[in-house]
Amino acid sequence: MFSNFFFLLRAHGIPVSLLEWLNLIEALSLGMAQSSLLDFYSLARSILVKSEAYYDQYDQAFGEAFGGIETPAEIAEEVWEWLADPLETEGMDADENARLAEALTPEGLEDLRQRFEELLKEQKEAHNGGHQWIGTRGTSAFGHSGIHPGGMRVGGESGNRSAVKVAAERRYRGYRTDVTVGVRQFEVALRRLRRLTAKEDMPPDKLDLEGTIDATAGQAGMLSLVWTHERRNTVKVLLLMDAGGSMHTHSRLCSRLFTAVNRASHFKDLRTYYFHNCVYDHLYHDPTCHPRNSVSTAQVLQELTPDYKLVMVGDASMAPSELLARHGIIWWGSLNEEPGLEWLQRLRRHFTHSAWLNPIPEYRWDTIYGRETIELVSKVFPMYELTVDGLTAAVRKLLVKK
Amino acid sequence: MYSSETTTYTGTRDYIANQTLMQTVNAAVALKRPLLIKGEPGTGKTMLAESIARGLDLDLYTWNIKSTTKAQDGLYVYDTVQRLFDSQFHDHDVSDISQYIKLGRLGEAFATEDKVVLLIDEIDKADLEFPNDLLWELDQMDFYIPETGETVRAKQRPIVVITSNAEKELPDAFLRRCVFHYIEFPGEQLMREIVDVHHPDLEDHLLDMALEAFYQMREVPGIQKKPSTSELLDWLQALVVGGIKPQDVSSRLPFLGVLLKKDRDVTTTVDHLRKRGLGQKTEHR
Repeated sequence: MFSNFFFLLRAHGIPVSLLEWLNLIEALSLGMAQSSLLDFYSLARSILVKSEAYYDQYDQAFGEAFGGIETPAEIAEEVWEWLADPLETEGMDADENARLAEALTPEGLEDLRQRFEELLKEQKEAHNGGHQWIGTRGTSAFGHSGIHPGGMRVGGESGNRSAVKVAAERRYRGYRTDVTVGVRQFEVALRRLRRLTAKEDMPPDKLDLEGTIDATAGQAGMLSLVWTHERRNTVKVLLLMDAGGSMHTHSRLCSRLFTAVNRASHFKDLRTYYFHNCVYDHLYHDPTCHPRNSVSTAQVLQELTPDYKLVMVGDASMAPSELLARHGIIWWGSLNEEPGLEWLQRLRRHFTHSAWLNPIPEYRWDTIYGRETIELVSKVFPMYELTVDGLTAAVRKLLVKK
Repeated sequence: MYSSETTTYTGTRDYIANQTLMQTVNAAVALKRPLLIKGEPGTGKTMLAESIARGLDLDLYTWNIKSTTKAQDGLYVYDTVQRLFDSQFHDHDVSDISQYIKLGRLGEAFATEDKVVLLIDEIDKADLEFPNDLLWELDQMDFYIPETGETVRAKQRPIVVITSNAEKELPDAFLRRCVFHYIEFPGEQLMREIVDVHHPDLEDHLLDMALEAFYQMREVPGIQKKPSTSELLDWLQALVVGGIKPQDVSSRLPFLGVLLKKDRDVTTTVDHLRKRGLGQKTEHR
């Protein structure tokens, strides 16, 4: 029937499942769209689309699927309905009635439709002026207040609302955040990064139900409460992210990871620093990597105990000199006494668990620009590609000793 | 036709719902699916559930979700400690476990004789897996209590409304089963209707000035927490109580603390609005 709409939605990247599609069919068979395209538009959206981030794609797909279906007949029917209903026209004076009757001759109807469409166009621009459709009170069921700032709502239960036009407005462009899609998978992968241990130096504050039952039974029913230590996650994470120029192409992917890591509230501690291409004497507090906002790498190493899990995120693609040469740092203003590779090795030695996540897909590591440095870095750190699978593998690596 | 007198929601006097939202509510009821409502804070997500309950004349059961809430808490809690405690004094028959089973909000909504509205408020506050743990219960509307061998089954399928602030992503399997609606931030026209419900006697001119200032504030770039509907309503209340003259609203921006809750936001906003000729207290005095 209109299953092409289903495939169009999927082609636009909306994760519509068969279950949801069947739900829509069920809703339609219950007559819930009331044979109106606009009702269908919102009904289908509420059932098929589960995040406002996809509303924009939905609008586009809808426009493609139903773009040709503009139904002028709908208007005529509405007008006939009003005319048939004396209550509706009661408020009009004779003059207006006559104008309406005139408007409903075939020629007049075309005229009315044109004026209506003109109004519709105007209405798109002007926000609040929805009160004076067509100019007669009796037919003013056409519009007031508007379901949205674009102003196309037509009051009450009737009206000419063009669903395709609503869709064509694409008002949800702003909600389209491709970044949010995929964060969850990263979050789920990160959840495995935990080590539950009971803290023995705190007073036990959790009721041990099994123990209590055992102890109570042991005393022939005399209640004896047994307390235990709550198990807490002890994993601490140090996240170092490359903010260098070549990372711009991957910024979306990295910000997904960053969001996921920050949302993961189960870490005992999370530190994040930035570096530019490679780590040298300084780490930076923000991605601009400005020296004013930096901290000495040695100090970070001193401060953080080796049990922090070190997660490096970067493409490891740079000029070999940046990694191997003294004074190889890409910034003019600063000079490094030791080559970058030394620093990387130092980091690797300091922390017992570490992994490097590379946003470049693994199959391109030995062909892409920077393959020499990727190879060198991956000799220091176990390197994984920044995908859900790669992250899962990295997390597994972070939980076992070197 | 799906609609009948008792199950069609058409909004209530104190809650302004647009056509699409009403339709979505009715679709969720007819399809027997949970209704998932997302939107900025202060767009009336929780109030929608209250309005549905009032509009359909049903009781409302609210289950507030916190970061520590487990799915099990909503079903039932087995108070073993009380039972152990009672077992030491022989005035209770502790062999009857059912007296130590306390139903949670979801359980109560199932067990009650009448049809009710169940609001699961701020589901995204809970653990990542929380929604998945409720899939069966929300689908089948029953759960099993192994301790008593009893199955609690909904006598009348409750209307389930779930709200989310999008703090966490919800699992796909869960989303597939919901009917979804995103409440947009109301535009000026709708906002007037909303304000009118809460402050019917408000002077038009004052409202004009307040709304203008309010929407300008929401547009200020870099603001961390945009003022929302409930804050606007509070602000209007404050303006009325404080006897502020309409012409002073945009020039003095009184009671700014009601709208903006963060120090930094106040400074950014005032700086930004000054450039546009608003909030220049000194000039007008």
